[in-house]
Amino acid sequence: MDAKTVYKPGKGLTNRNLSYCPGCTHGIIHKLVGEVLEEKNLIDNTIGVASVGCSVMSYEFFNCDMHQAAHGRAPAVATGVKRVKPDKTVFTYQGDGDLASIGLAEIVHAAHRGENITVIFVNNAIYGMTGGQMAPTTLIGQKTTTSPFGREKAQAGEPLRISELLATVPGATYLERVSVHDPKHVKKAKKAIEKAFDVQEKKQGFSLIEFISTCPVQWGIQPYEATRWAVDNMIPYFPLGVFKDATGGEKDE
Amino acid sequence: MAAKGRIIIEQDKCKGCDLCTHFCPVNILQLDTSTTNALGYTPLKVTDPDKCIACSFCAMMCPDGVITVERFSK
Amino acid sequence: MAKVLMKGNEAMALAAIKGGCDAFFGYPITPQNELPEYLSKHMKEHGRVFVQAESEVAAINMVYGAGGSGARVLTSSSSPGIALKQEGISYLAGSEVPCVIINVMRGGPGLGGIQPAQSDYMQITRGGGNGDYHTLAFAPENLQETVDIIKESFSLADEYRNPVMIAADGLLGQMMEPVDMERTKNVEEAPDKPWAATGESGKRGYRNKIVSLFLDPNDLEDHNLKLQSKYNRMKREQQRYELIHTEDCEIVFVAYGSMARIARSAIDALRSQGVKVGMIRPISIWPFPKKAFDNLPKSVHTLLTLEMSLGQMIEDVQIVNQGRYTLDFFGRTGGVVPEPEEIVEKVLSMKEGAK
Repeated sequence: MDAKTVYKPGKGLTNRNLSYCPGCTHGIIHKLVGEVLEEKNLIDNTIGVASVGCSVMSYEFFNCDMHQAAHGRAPAVATGVKRVKPDKTVFTYQGDGDLASIGLAEIVHAAHRGENITVIFVNNAIYGMTGGQMAPTTLIGQKTTTSPFGREKAQAGEPLRISELLATVPGATYLERVSVHDPKHVKKAKKAIEKAFDVQEKKQGFSLIEFISTCPVQWGIQPYEATRWAVDNMIPYFPLGVFKDATGGEKDE
Repeated sequence: MAAKGRIIIEQDKCKGCDLCTHFCPVNILQLDTSTTNALGYTPLKVTDPDKCIACSFCAMMCPDGVITVERFSK
Repeated sequence: MAKVLMKGNEAMALAAIKGGCDAFFGYPITPQNELPEYLSKHMKEHGRVFVQAESEVAAINMVYGAGGSGARVLTSSSSPGIALKQEGISYLAGSEVPCVIINVMRGGPGLGGIQPAQSDYMQITRGGGNGDYHTLAFAPENLQETVDIIKESFSLADEYRNPVMIAADGLLGQMMEPVDMERTKNVEEAPDKPWAATGESGKRGYRNKIVSLFLDPNDLEDHNLKLQSKYNRMKREQQRYELIHTEDCEIVFVAYGSMARIARSAIDALRSQGVKVGMIRPISIWPFPKKAFDNLPKSVHTLLTLEMSLGQMIEDVQIVNQGRYTLDFFGRTGGVVPEPEEIVEKVLSMKEGAK
């Protein structure tokens, strides 16, 4: 019986074991980014910027040249890289603390300047690495170690919707929010990543894909239940879809 | 029923997260509680390989790139 | 070559271009704004990069990115803006990314003032950022020296794979002086940088990573030991200073930058009154030119440190002095620029007191 391989780990990632918790969707997202960069033949000419958070070690996982940026600064680091290496593919990989808290100025301004980079934004509504503190994207009523009674609007405001916010910034070209909670959504997420790197290749400007992601350990639930929690609680507040498409050109599918 | 394909599991990379088992449409994936792997986790096993339809859902959902999927040709 | 009358900030900017600067990332702050303004106009014609960043924090991180990808990069700011950059400078030093940082110092602390000061000696030489690191730091006293040092600094940064700081002050930034922009060689060719994250992992055959994170403490200690050996090499190779009238003096001034220039007038005035004073002028403030203090004549009994601060370099003078000479200090701060007469008065009162 002849067997044809239809799915296998690619060369977009190194063969290091990922440092993420069991069932953490960071791994799925890493895999998709690696697959897209490999399939589009970009991985050998790519420079990624790792951020600070659970994905701090991502400079060991993406199979290309990497920078380790300070917390929140990845879009500025990527700006510096892309401006001196305009023909290379440049991406950042950031969590919700990194991008939506300390790094809010850097992400808005990179979008505002229309930097020709791609941002992979992983939103799991919590600070994973540091032990489960509240994030700017933590939901109202969600208990974290710094909102032990549940996030209260009067104290901490309502969660930030980054894709919607950046859609108001003139320089942003392509913004889409996706999820990776089941195979159908994983396929759609991959298409979104392809579109984002297309935008960069065609020099059409700034692209960001926001991923609804899970954090089983800090949410305190099993990985599969965490995907259900994301569907039931996060997606209603952070709806999936394209928030900006200023490419003005051919649409896929 | 003959299997449409099979999966190859890199046992010692598996973290026993149980995501893939929930997404298998033919319910043939389970964690093998009789053993632990090199990482100290309960790894994946295929309970009924003949039922595999090579849909790749398990591989897609695996955060650690543990699964390779092969489809059999006639 | 012909001299041109130039404003300090603009001369510094042009010196950077001639020194091979590929990219500038900065943010407006008084009293250095003419520097980014000049580069915003002129980088383009040389095919180089200029970005006005959204903050000094963003700018230093752009420097980190571009420098880590192999470019020769510059940022400039003034004291409070340099304070914002400290995290980035620590990352640059820790990841061994070369760059040049120009600090046109003003009064502090906090928002302080906009007039010239030497308020950042500690920030520059003790490293305002976290960790065991140093930046090579030079303190020119006039525009010609400033231009020559800036041109050289990009190559020095590459040589040591380290940030290089230029400690200027608002006087240097704002004054106009004749400068010969071609006195030293212009830098054309960039050196090979096999360590840089240039996005050629395929062609190169291996990946480059610009990282300052070493989670294993033994690895981090080894990394720090490697950095230290680099700093020791800088201490051996980069102590720079000038000796003025030290052959026969009793009191030796220790002053750098604009304060040294003011002190020169005071030396002339005092010598004309028969008071034997001289000066050690550090040109490198890190490494501090310890060598300058060895082999002073037997006539020397006092070192008078002069600063436009209330005493920062004095601590380095105390360290190298090792109790050999009497130490005294004169300083003005807050952006107040002293007159030579004030230094003369100080010396005369010291002599009075000694009687």
